[in-house]
This record gives sequence, C-alpha cells and structure tokens, in this order.
Amino acid sequence: MPVRRLFFLLSLLTLLQFGFAQPKTKEVAKPVPVVDFQGLKPFLSKDNDTVYVVNFWATWCAPCVVEMPHFENINKEFRSGKVKILLVSLDFPNHYDTRLIPFISSKNIQSSVVMLDDPNSNFWINEVDASWSGAIPATLIYKGNNRRFFEKVMTTEELKSNILSLLSQ
Amino acid sequence: MKRFLFTLMLVSAAVAAVFGQGYRIGDKAIDFSLKNVDGKMVSMADYPDAKGFVVIFSCNHCPYVMAYEDRMIEIHNLYASKGFPVIAINSNDPSVQPQDSYENMIERARDKKFPFAYLFDEGQKIYPIYGATRTPHVFLLRKQNGDLIVEYIGAIDDNYKDASAVKEPFLRNAIEALLAGNKPPVSETKAIGCTIKVK
Repeated sequence: MPVRRLFFLLSLLTLLQFGFAQPKTKEVAKPVPVVDFQGLKPFLSKDNDTVYVVNFWATWCAPCVVEMPHFENINKEFRSGKVKILLVSLDFPNHYDTRLIPFISSKNIQSSVVMLDDPNSNFWINEVDASWSGAIPATLIYKGNNRRFFEKVMTTEELKSNILSLLSQ
Repeated sequence: MKRFLFTLMLVSAAVAAVFGQGYRIGDKAIDFSLKNVDGKMVSMADYPDAKGFVVIFSCNHCPYVMAYEDRMIEIHNLYASKGFPVIAINSNDPSVQPQDSYENMIERARDKKFPFAYLFDEGQKIYPIYGATRTPHVFLLRKQNGDLIVEYIGAIDDNYKDASAVKEPFLRNAIEALLAGNKPPVSETKAIGCTIKVK
C-alpha cells in the first residue's frame, strides 16, 4: 500500500514539523491530524525567528482551491528556509475520508495540513484575528509578535513579499 | 423621488464600498426591492404587520448555508407569526458561482419548501450596503417609527455542525429579547462562512 505509506510519512512529517504530540498508543496516526482550537492555538503564536503562514480553507471553498497552488509554490520555494506553511482545513468532519483526503492526494499537496474541528467559531475566529469576519479563504502570516492577517485570496507574489519582509525584521 | 432614493442608495453603496464596513448595531437599514423565487418583487415595506425582519444573506451552494437551512426554516416558522419573518437574500454572482443562479434558487427553494422569501440580489447592490461578507450572515432588524434599526449581526447559533448541540442560539435569543422589548443579550457574533462571490 504505497499510498497509505506515503500518507503515514506525510502525517508524521506534519506532526514533527509542527510539534504535534506523537500518539501515545499504537493507533495508526490519521494522515491529517484533527484538532480543536485548543489544539491549533500553539501554532498561531510561536515565538521564534521562523515565519509561519497559516491558511484557513476548505475543499468546498472554490476561491480556496484556486489559491492553493500559491501556498504550494511558497512551500517549495522556502522549504529549506525559516518558513513554515500550515493549511488548516475547515471541511466538515464527515467529509474527512470522502473529500479532504482524496483532495490532498489528487492535488499532491505537500504543505502540512490539519483539520480544525471546533464548531464554536464565534469564539475562535476572534482568537485568530479580531478583524476576521469569518469568510474563507483567510491567511495569517506571522513572526513572533509581528502578525499580518488577510481575509482574501493571496497570490504567490503577495505571500512572498510578506514573508520576505517579515524574515528581514 | 424614486430617482433621488436610487441615487441615495448608490451613494451609500459607494460609501459602504469605500469604507468596507457596512452596518453597525443601531444603524438604520435600507429597504430593497428584489426578485423572489416566485418571480415577484419583494420589499420589507410589503410586510406592514412585521415588527422587524431576519435578513439572512444566503445562497445555494455553500455547505454552511446547507447546514443551517433547516434552522432558518424553523426560525421563520417560529417567529414570522410573532412579527419577525425571515428574508433570505442570495448576493452571489452566478457567473462566478454558477450554482447560485436565480434558476437554481427556485429549485433549492422548491426542494427545501422554503416558507420564507428567497430573493436574488441581482447586480450585487444590497450586500455591500449591509456589509455582509459571508453566507450565512444574519442582520436582525427592528421596526421603529418607520425605520429599520439593526439590532443583531452575525451567526444563527454557535454550532453549525449539530443543531442539537447548540449552547447559545444567538439569533433566537436576540429575537426573543426584541419581542420582550429588550436589547439582544449578544448583539454581534462571528461564524465561518463562504465568501460572497464577486467577479
């Protein structure tokens, strides 16, 4: 099962890259970790010299799907640098196997992906950014306390210029 | 007079577009005249007995809207007779999101047996004035001396996934408060939704 093995490796990479705790039991790790907001929160406020790019998206959100290659471009270009991309899927939990996993597989998404399953969005939207109305796609780019938030479709150029300016600070 | 009102509407649309804010709590909302799924034009002025309106920016395609359609129907069935009917508006540009065409609205309304008006914001004139950014996005209005005052903006409740797991039914609480002559306990909330599709 090479595909399953690939997913396992990808998931391991995601877990390692973002420091998700390793499962304690011998359960097979899900190819995409599912977290609630408390699980996601540590990755929205890392305080080091890396630039974090956190994109909120869903497979059913057409502009998000259009935007996806730009994040993949950035992931490829900055792979060796101090830049980390995290794609936070807001797909419905019951679409995990039927939509999210097939999408990641068919588009060969290389960036780290987690699924946020936390219905109390009235609480956590403001925690991500007070200016966010809740529409997706939305993207948070930050380094330490320097945070930039975009409630729109991003281009490779926009992502790159924001990343470079944060890296130089 | 009609031309003046139209100009005023365009000016306020332009102002809303420039400032990108839309309505805030306490603002006076404008009425509209939009085509319903039955082919007739609908305005809030057509409901002389209403005490207010539950205006919901909605659409056909968005999974979050679909998750809430039954609750929208329930709210209309509960509160229309008490003076707060639901009016749903689709502001999406069908050339960007073909599923949100007027024809598909008619089909969706028929399939779901919508008891409320489901209007097409042709030309996308209304949503920027209200400041709607996503679907579903609720604006609860209260009639006061002929004006329509914005009393609540935001989500229907705090759980899109499971109606039975809702802890705070924000919209119902707000309507109940208005019916009792009070202010909504929570006047603004946020929720994840689909963007309103613009070219």
